[in-house]
Amino acid sequence: MSEFLSITISILFHGVAMAMVLYLISVGLSVTMGLMGFVNLAHGAFAMAGGYTLVILMKQHNLPFGVALVVAIAICVVLSLILERLLYRRLYGGDELDQVLMTMGLIFASVGAATYLFGPVSQSLEPPAMLRGQINFLGRDFPTYRSFLILCGALVVTALWLGLERTRFGAQIRASVDNLRMAQTLGINTSRLFTTAFALGSGLAALGGGLGADFLNVGPNYALEYLVYFLIVVAVGGLGSIRGPFVAALIVGVSDTAFKYLAPQYGAFFIYAITMAILLWRPRGLFGQSA
Amino acid sequence: MTDLSSRDLMGDRKVVVDAFARRHRFKWYEAIPWLVAIACYFLFENYHALGAQIFATILFALSLDLLIGFAGIVTLGHAAFFGVGAYAAGVMAANGWQEPFSEILVAAIVASGVGFVSGLIVLRTAGLTLLMQTLVVAALLQELANKWSSVTGGSDGLLGMKIDPIFGAFRFDLFGDTAYVYCLGVLFIGWLLARNIVYSSFGRSLTGIRENANRMHAIGAPVDRRKIIIYTISAALAGVSGALIAQTTALVGLNTLALSKSGELIIMLVIGGIGRLYGGFIGVPLYMIAQDRFSQIDPIYWYFWIGLFMILVVVFARGGVLGVFERFNQRRRSR
Repeated sequence: MSEFLSITISILFHGVAMAMVLYLISVGLSVTMGLMGFVNLAHGAFAMAGGYTLVILMKQHNLPFGVALVVAIAICVVLSLILERLLYRRLYGGDELDQVLMTMGLIFASVGAATYLFGPVSQSLEPPAMLRGQINFLGRDFPTYRSFLILCGALVVTALWLGLERTRFGAQIRASVDNLRMAQTLGINTSRLFTTAFALGSGLAALGGGLGADFLNVGPNYALEYLVYFLIVVAVGGLGSIRGPFVAALIVGVSDTAFKYLAPQYGAFFIYAITMAILLWRPRGLFGQSA
Repeated sequence: MTDLSSRDLMGDRKVVVDAFARRHRFKWYEAIPWLVAIACYFLFENYHALGAQIFATILFALSLDLLIGFAGIVTLGHAAFFGVGAYAAGVMAANGWQEPFSEILVAAIVASGVGFVSGLIVLRTAGLTLLMQTLVVAALLQELANKWSSVTGGSDGLLGMKIDPIFGAFRFDLFGDTAYVYCLGVLFIGWLLARNIVYSSFGRSLTGIRENANRMHAIGAPVDRRKIIIYTISAALAGVSGALIAQTTALVGLNTLALSKSGELIIMLVIGGIGRLYGGFIGVPLYMIAQDRFSQIDPIYWYFWIGLFMILVVVFARGGVLGVFERFNQRRRSR
C-alpha cells in the first residue's frame, strides 16, 4: 500500500512539474490563437531560443542563474518583437495555409540556425548549487530543482491569472478574444494589443524553455520534436482560453509521466490515444467556446 | 415564348458542358513533364536512382495537393500514409512476398484504410485542432513502428527486403535504370487519376468546400462524406508513393513517418505552387536536386536556407513558381 502511495506521489510530483513547463510554453500559443486566429507553429522556437540563451549565458559567460534567466527572456522578447513586425503582422487575418507555411519555414530556419550556432548535440542545463540535490518535505525527499520548477510555475500562473482578471490590459485581451470587432469599435488599440500579447507569450515560452530544459532537451530539433505536445495542450485546452491549457497541461504532464513510468514499452502511445479520445468527445477542447 | 426560353436554356447548357469538356481536354503543355522525364533518362545516366526518388516524391506531393490545394484540408501528418505504405510494402518484401505490383496494391489498400479511419475522427475539426490531430495520427503510428520492432525493425529500420523483377523480366539494378522507368510509370497512372478527380464534378465540389463549406452544405452537398472520400484517395496515393520508395531503396526507417517528412513535402509543394496539380512536378525536382547538390557541400545550412526561402515565398511570391508564372502571364496578356 505504501509503495503504491509512494509511486502515486512520485508520478504526481514529476507530472505536475512537467505540466508547469508545458503550460508556460503553450499559454502564449493559446492566446495568439484566440486573439488573432494565428496558427503559430513556430512558437516552440522561442522556447528553444530561451533554453539555448540560458544555457550559453551560464556556461560560457558564467552569469548566475537568475540573471541569465532574465537576460534570456529579454532577448527572446526582443527577437519576437522583431519577427512580429517583420513577418507575422503581414499574415494576420489572412489565409490559414499561409500562416502554416510561414511558421513551418520559421521552424526549419530555427533548426538550421541552432545547428549552426550550437552544434547538433543537445545542451544540458546545470542548475545552481542551491537548487541541486534533494529537499525534505513531510518525511519524503523531492528533487530540489523540480520543486523549484513547480513553485515558479505556480507563481507565474497566479500572476498571469490575476493580471488577466484584474488589470486593464487583461480586460482588453479578454474583450478582444470574445469579439475583436467590438473591441476595436470601443477604441481598444488591438494592433498594439497583439504585439504586446505576442511578446508576452514569447517571453513566457522562453521562461518555460529555459526552466524546463531537463524535461524537454534543448537541441536543434526542439521546435519540431515537441510541437505535437504544445499543439495538444492548446487544442485539448480550448483555443483562446487561459485556464483550459492549464488543465490540459496537467492531463498531459501527469499521464505522460505515469505511462512512461508504468508502461515504458509503449512510449508516448497512450498520450496520443487519450488526446484523440478527448477531441472525439469534445472537438473544441475542454474549455473551448461553442460556436 | 416558353419555347424560346427553354431553347436558350439548352443553349446555355451546351456552353457550360463545352466549357467543362474543354477544361478537361489535354493541353499541349501537359506533355512537357513527361517529355522532360524521358529526355532526362538519356541525358543524365548517372542520376537514375535520384530520378526514381523524385518521381515517387512527386506522387506524394500530388496526393498532398489534392488535400491542401483542392479540398482545403491543411494537414501536418501526411507522412503517416506515406510511412504506412512504405512499411506495408517493406514488411511484405522482407517476409517472402516479392512481387512489386501486388505490394503496391496492398500498400494502397492499407494506407487508404488508415486514411479512412483517421479521416472519420480528424475531419470533424478544423484549423489548429485539425493540424494537431493529423500530427498526432502520424506520431501515434511512428511510436507504433518504433515499439513494434519485431515486425518493423524499430529504430534500426526495416532491412532485408527482396523484390522480384518487374513482369518477371526487369530486375531492379544498382544504377536505378529499372526503378526510373517503374516509378515514372506509376507516377503517370497516379497523375491520370488525380487529374480526372480534379476535373470531375466531384473535384469541383471539393473546391467549393474549400472556398465556403457552409454554402456547400446549404446547396445540399454532402460535405463531410466528400472530405472523407478525398482524404482516403489521397492516403492511398501517398501509400503508393511510400511503397515505391521502399521498393527502390530497399530500406524503410522511422523517418518515413516523421513530422519533418510532412514539413519538407509541404515546402516542396509550396515552392512549385499549391492547388495547381503541377506544383509537385516543379517543386520536388527543384528541392531534391538542390538538396542533393548542397547537402554534399554543407548539410548543416540546408534547413536554414530552405526555411528562409519558404518564408520569402509566402511573403513575396505567393503561389510558388507556378503562381509567379501565372501572374507574369496575366500581366503580359492585359497589356
